[in-house]
Amino acid sequence: MAIDEQMVERVARLAQLRLAPGEARTLAAEIGNILGWVEQLQAVDTEGVEPMTAVIPAARPWRADEVTDGDMAEAVLANAPAAAHGFFAVPKVIE
Amino acid sequence: MAGLTDLSLTELSLAEMRAGLAAGQFSARELANAHLEAVEAARPLNAFLKETPDIALRQAEAADRALADGTAGLLAGIPIGVKDLFCTKGVETTAASKMLEHFRPQYESTVTAKLFEAGAVMLGKLNLDEFAMGSSNETSAYGPVVSPWRAAGHDRPIVPGGSSGGSSAAVSARLCAAATGTDTGGSIRQPAAFTGIAGIKPTYGRCSRYGVVAFASSLDQPGAFARTVADCALMLEAMAGFDPRDATSIDAPVPHYAGGLAGDLRGKRIGIPREYHADGLDRQLVKLWQDGVAWAKDAGAEIVTVSLPHTSHALPTYYIIAPAEASSNLARYDGVRYGLRVAPEGGSLSDMYAATRAAGFGAEVKRRIMIGTYVLSAGYYDAYYLQAQKVRALIARDFEQAFEQCDLLLTPTAPNAAFPLGDKLTDPIGMYLNDVFTVPASLAGLPAMSVPAGVDGEGLPLGLQLIGRPLDEMGVLDAAFALEARAGFKAKPSRWW
Repeated sequence: MAIDEQMVERVARLAQLRLAPGEARTLAAEIGNILGWVEQLQAVDTEGVEPMTAVIPAARPWRADEVTDGDMAEAVLANAPAAAHGFFAVPKVIE
Repeated sequence: MAGLTDLSLTELSLAEMRAGLAAGQFSARELANAHLEAVEAARPLNAFLKETPDIALRQAEAADRALADGTAGLLAGIPIGVKDLFCTKGVETTAASKMLEHFRPQYESTVTAKLFEAGAVMLGKLNLDEFAMGSSNETSAYGPVVSPWRAAGHDRPIVPGGSSGGSSAAVSARLCAAATGTDTGGSIRQPAAFTGIAGIKPTYGRCSRYGVVAFASSLDQPGAFARTVADCALMLEAMAGFDPRDATSIDAPVPHYAGGLAGDLRGKRIGIPREYHADGLDRQLVKLWQDGVAWAKDAGAEIVTVSLPHTSHALPTYYIIAPAEASSNLARYDGVRYGLRVAPEGGSLSDMYAATRAAGFGAEVKRRIMIGTYVLSAGYYDAYYLQAQKVRALIARDFEQAFEQCDLLLTPTAPNAAFPLGDKLTDPIGMYLNDVFTVPASLAGLPAMSVPAGVDGEGLPLGLQLIGRPLDEMGVLDAAFALEARAGFKAKPSRWW
């Protein structure tokens, strides 16, 4: 699978990663190598195989629909890079 | 102190420490101090990201009181290290990333809470690969961990394995009696093998993931490192158990593991997976594996050859599924609620996300986020991610079928001994190949353990791996106990730091 720089830039946008100048080229080569290596899975016959979604199938019982925590705004905001008036603060979203 | 120097206190096994504390030969405070000194002297290893002597001494004093009044828990006074992926209330938890440099959890992970409830004494937080992504502990944003081991006749630094490299180095260097780790594709077993100690990854769901910084949620599983199998059993017993706060936690009773160790394998069948005999497998590992077979037979086991036909697909499957889950899990680091924020002057919210993530994540983490995002993106999801999930089902089925013919599997833990620092840094796939023997059991969610079994021509440790049926940690531990007794592994790193 050849990955070009354009594809790397597209994926970086999807992943919300800003690339440094020249980084797309390096990543294209590295990711191309790794994807070329995992490509071998295409050859495995998986006809009729259900994708695995749980390691140990377990039916978990429903718990009672009760509030079990809350009232901890201070703890929730304790690690916020910026907070004001009991809210997370972010750069202006609406012009 | 009854004739025991600080140095000999750090040499004791966890079980011996328990006995000495119970008999009043030394106090938890003395034990903590001896270890705190060892930790301080071992800073050149870079095993600890944060030392917590104040917490350790407070917990040791509480343990001494509990020992005096008869309320001591299973691990009262035992000095441990905690991989810095477990959230510890009020104590920085970084995941070895710049992204979480100043992150102070407001809550305690279930596993550390259980360990503290059992009386364990935390010496500090241990280094790891960034977000547990790596096999050599070289991707840590705070510098690599250096193994206490050195190849005979060389003084170049070697890796302690990864991702739990701080844990393996600290336990091996006698800085703590035991340590927590997490294992996603081999991150407990491979570093245990590289440093000549024991390490167990229990069944997926045995130990709660609550409060463990997430990497790949369908694979991540906490487990334990210690210098003996019996010590691992004690740690696991304290760590394991159902937790309603983890949606994939298993609601099953936790056996009294340490009490169940007999090392008697009569009536047990041990399978040797044919496909693990890859071409080019190191001759010393082939020999070690044969030794393991002989030891298992000596303990009464019957040896059978089994087939795991999809083994060769396990690594590529893992390197689709793990990055996919990582890209989703790590989407939370956006500079809004916690962790690093980089907000370009006059930039938008989106600029802040992208700049924060570019500055906070290291190269390997970015690489995996990119691969994960790619394999989950429209047009590629079916070909990569869905196909990988199907192959994963085939790999799990291989194990189910093998366990119709045997009770346990015996393999080498890693395809090589520890390598020099920097050797595989420019070769991501070469680095990934380190996990060739550990990844299949991770994909199937099975309990597996590495036990130190020998050394290579340069005197570096090699490990053997035991893999069991779901929830059969007892069987895995007991077989490891039998091999440990026969391997007579006595090598330890000589102190150069």
